[in-house]
Amino acid sequence: MDDWIKVAQLADVPVLGARIYRHNEGEIAIFRTAEDKVFALNNRCPHKGGPLSEGIVHGGQVTCPLHNWQIDLATGEAQGADTGCTERFEVKVVGEDIFLRAVNAKA
Amino acid sequence: MNDKLVLIGNGMAGIRALEELLKLKGKQYDITVFGAEPHPNYNRIMLSPVLAGEKQFDEIISNPLSWYEENNIDLITGDPVVKIDRIKREVISQSGKVADYNRLLIATGSKPFIIPIPGAELNGVVGFRDIHDVNAMLDAAKTGKRAVVIGGGLLGLEAANGLMKQGMDVSVVHLMDTLMERQLDKPAAGLLQAELESKGLHFLLEKQSSAILGEDKVEALQFSDGSSIETDLVVMAVGIRAEIELAQQAGIYCERGIVVNDTLQTHDPRIYAVGECVQHRNMGYGLVAPLFEQAKVCANHLAEFGIARYEGSVTSTKLKVTGVDLFSAGDFLGNEDSESIVFRDPSAGVYKKLNLQEDKIVGAVLYGDTLDSAWYFQLMREGTDISAYRDKLLFGQAHIGDSGHGVVSSIANMSDDTEICGCNGVCKGDIVKAIHEKKLFTLDEVRSHTKASGSCGSCTGLVESVMAHVLGGDYSQTPSKKPLCTCTEHSHDEVIQAIKTVPLKSMDTLFKQLAWQTPNGCHVCRPALNYYLMANWPTDYQDDPQSRFINERAHGNIQKDGTYSVVPRMWGGLTNPKELRAIADVAEKFDVPEVKVTGGQRIDLFGVKKEDLPAMWQDLYAAGFVSGHAYGKAMRTVKTCVGKNWCRFGTQDSTGLGVKLEQLTWGSWMPHKFKLAVSGCPRNCAEATIKDFGVVCVDAGFELHIGGNGGVKVRVTDLLCKVKTEEEVLEYCAAFVQLYREQARYLERTAPWVERAGLSYIKDTLADDTVRQTLAQRFDVSQENTERDPWQPRAEGSQAHEFTPLSGE
Ligand code: SRM
Ligand SMILES: Cc1cc2nc3c(=O)[nH]c(=O)nc-3n(C[C@H](O)[C@H](O)[C@H](O)COP(=O)(O)OP(=O)(O)OC[C@H]3O[C@@H](n4cnc5c(N)ncnc54)[C@H](O)[C@@H]3O)c2cc1C
Ligand code: SF4
Ligand code: FES
Repeated sequence: MDDWIKVAQLADVPVLGARIYRHNEGEIAIFRTAEDKVFALNNRCPHKGGPLSEGIVHGGQVTCPLHNWQIDLATGEAQGADTGCTERFEVKVVGEDIFLRAVNAKA
Repeated sequence: MNDKLVLIGNGMAGIRALEELLKLKGKQYDITVFGAEPHPNYNRIMLSPVLAGEKQFDEIISNPLSWYEENNIDLITGDPVVKIDRIKREVISQSGKVADYNRLLIATGSKPFIIPIPGAELNGVVGFRDIHDVNAMLDAAKTGKRAVVIGGGLLGLEAANGLMKQGMDVSVVHLMDTLMERQLDKPAAGLLQAELESKGLHFLLEKQSSAILGEDKVEALQFSDGSSIETDLVVMAVGIRAEIELAQQAGIYCERGIVVNDTLQTHDPRIYAVGECVQHRNMGYGLVAPLFEQAKVCANHLAEFGIARYEGSVTSTKLKVTGVDLFSAGDFLGNEDSESIVFRDPSAGVYKKLNLQEDKIVGAVLYGDTLDSAWYFQLMREGTDISAYRDKLLFGQAHIGDSGHGVVSSIANMSDDTEICGCNGVCKGDIVKAIHEKKLFTLDEVRSHTKASGSCGSCTGLVESVMAHVLGGDYSQTPSKKPLCTCTEHSHDEVIQAIKTVPLKSMDTLFKQLAWQTPNGCHVCRPALNYYLMANWPTDYQDDPQSRFINERAHGNIQKDGTYSVVPRMWGGLTNPKELRAIADVAEKFDVPEVKVTGGQRIDLFGVKKEDLPAMWQDLYAAGFVSGHAYGKAMRTVKTCVGKNWCRFGTQDSTGLGVKLEQLTWGSWMPHKFKLAVSGCPRNCAEATIKDFGVVCVDAGFELHIGGNGGVKVRVTDLLCKVKTEEEVLEYCAAFVQLYREQARYLERTAPWVERAGLSYIKDTLADDTVRQTLAQRFDVSQENTERDPWQPRAEGSQAHEFTPLSGE
């Protein structure tokens, strides 16, 4: 089934940064690490819904801007002593393009 | 093939060095460890609670056998090394095992000193050093009734307390006339003795032991004055001697200990040594904190990073006897050049003494109330100038302008539901429980598990005190320098130093040169490093937006719902109908849900969607506004009062001067937020005396005040000086700002910085005309290169990706 949507080019997302993609039910944050790995998470922190896209990205994690929870980009899990998980979305990079799996088919 | 590393001594310092090494480089060496004791490494400090029956041996094992296996360490226990062959580079054990090395680490610790008197070899005479000794004492307690401990020092008193807890009748024999004379002055020692006597210990002071009597077992101890005391057990706790025999036989240079340099190398460059067996700059240490520092530095060199140095330690001690609060550090007796300030309340059992020299704490003894010990120790280690609050020093940190936390007399007396951290609602009981259940040792661990002190940080000292109280004498939680964050071992000051001197001009080279342990830092270090690089290399360094907290990246304050606030700059708090109309128009056009006058005399537009920010700024810019920086670690606002133009008391044009000051300093990035104010007379309506830089106008000119803030912990400014002209005010302000920008640690506001750097240092520096002018010039240079209004370029499309969502196809 070909339900991948092209959402951006790699160059649109800053290294160690994020962009958001809006859909009917909310926002998806698309992150890019220093090694150009790309991840997609629901743009809501499992703590109190902070916008993860605005956090500082480091290693394979993002720090939520509101109260500094650390969220693993690959699993969506809160790290360290905090517990909680945010939804992941399937994402792939083909050449210079970033594709997101259609939003109703969540990972 | 890997190089081979052999460690002699399976104890606290040696194993800590291996742990540090493995953290730095996993697989550099094939490691072999020889230990004389038949156990894996355990926490020797906790032998006292084991003796007292408060802990079991298996609870104090710090590295179980599985740890050695997981790290591929070849462990040989119960088999001491008997020879080091430096020519063949190998060591030989008692059972005949041979291991060759490329590097050798000696960490043989020390042995208890046994007084050479007749009978010392009798059954029932023990030292207090290892679990073997503790077991011997526990056995004796099962059959015998009476015990004598020779030595009224730290170790002797802990042994005596433990034996008493085991039901023995215990006497402590001491050569001196007061207890713990190496840590306590007479008054504190007196209080301690009275307290221990009330618990049931007996003391025989000024007694010299001359012989131990008995057939094949101890029966009595005789003194040089002819008297004697019957006993079933004699514990010798009169001191330790560095275990250097092995090293000496191998011809390694030793004095009282194995002599090492600042990289923990012995005179044979292949051989390192750490721990109690070591003599460094003529000092030997018998507490874990300094030994752990040695271990860290040694590991750094074994890993071939070669950047760390051990320069000696300042130590402090606590007695691990439940119910006794006692702390001692540094020069506790005082000397001819120091003066003591003392607080004494005998009926409450409280005694505090601080020894001061040149306005710095050089020694401390606290008895009965050790709540502030962590704070005093930090002031002492950092050499903080305390002259500004000397009169309140003895009453503790809570009395220095604290508005929120009130006074707590003693951690021990605190109930479990006493709130320690107000931001996160964490009580003493929560912290104690987490420490026990999760086996936490460091402040960072406690912070991440309980959130205590994780927010505003003002309760950090209190949390540290709770930890010290629970963990007793394990001082590993107070290392002499605090690392910048968990990505590195380097402190803020070391990093700043390296940026200036190496020099380092980019984040990547910094990560490499300083061996950062994470590939691209974390949310704590990146903003700090970005600031340091920018402040030190204003013309070379390119600002990194991804290393800035979102507020500074989006130039607005993020709100709890993800919207932003917009605060246009109003110079000195002045405005006019045209500006107000423009703000009103913008508020209507963008459906701003709330408009509020801020505590800093500006107008705040709340609830703005991120995507609307550039367009809103465009409109504001067209009306002549620039960013108010209400969101940044930056110069914020200049608050002003009416001044002589209107006010019947005004002495100078405070509003006009405020505008000039704001035009001078706006846009500059700082270690923390920075606020100014100008009041037109000493009635001080602009609250200039709780600002980072405050001006109070007087008839003859201007009083300049520094280092104040409102906020979590109110601090009133210190007077810097008085000047006559507005030009001088501006120059002093620029110079002060620049000194702060260059020397403070990131997120250290002027108030704590002034306290740490010392008011007299800052006064002297700024009083020097040339120094002041150069500082002011450097500030001008950095201002030229600061992007002055961040809003305008963004309104025109720069950094557009920050404000627009992806559209997809
Ligand atoms: C908007 C404002 C409240 C208001 O509506 O009046 C405000 C709002 C915030 N203050 Fe404040 N402070 C405001 C004036 C003050 C004042 C009064 C003043 O400036 O005269 C103080 C006490 C004076 C001082 O700073 O010494 C003040 C002491 C603090 C502190 C404690 C600082 C300290 O050193 O202890 C914080 C926490 C921090 O910075 O870490 C803080 C932090 C904050 C933050 C940034 C909290 C945050 O991280 O989100 C708030 C942002 C809300 C927002 O989105 O705008 N705010 N804050 C005021 C903006 C002033 C301006 O025009 O720029
Ligand atoms: C009862 C007690 C309470 C203490 N309380 C505190 C406290 O509250 N706070 C504090 O900071 N410090 C305290 N200390 C001191 C602290 O435990 C020591 O400073 C620390 O353990 C020293 O570490 P080390 O590695 O140098 O020596 P050790 O931990 O003694 O390790 C040395 C090891 O080397 C072994 N060894 C010796 N020779 C050889 C050889 N030839 N071959 C193989 N192995 C050998 C020894 O058997 C020993 O296991 C206490 C000590 C004791 C005994
Ligand atoms: S006092 Fe400041 S930080 Fe606290 S809620 Fe009010 S604006 Fe926010
Ligand atoms: S909402 Fe993310 S940490 Fe609180």
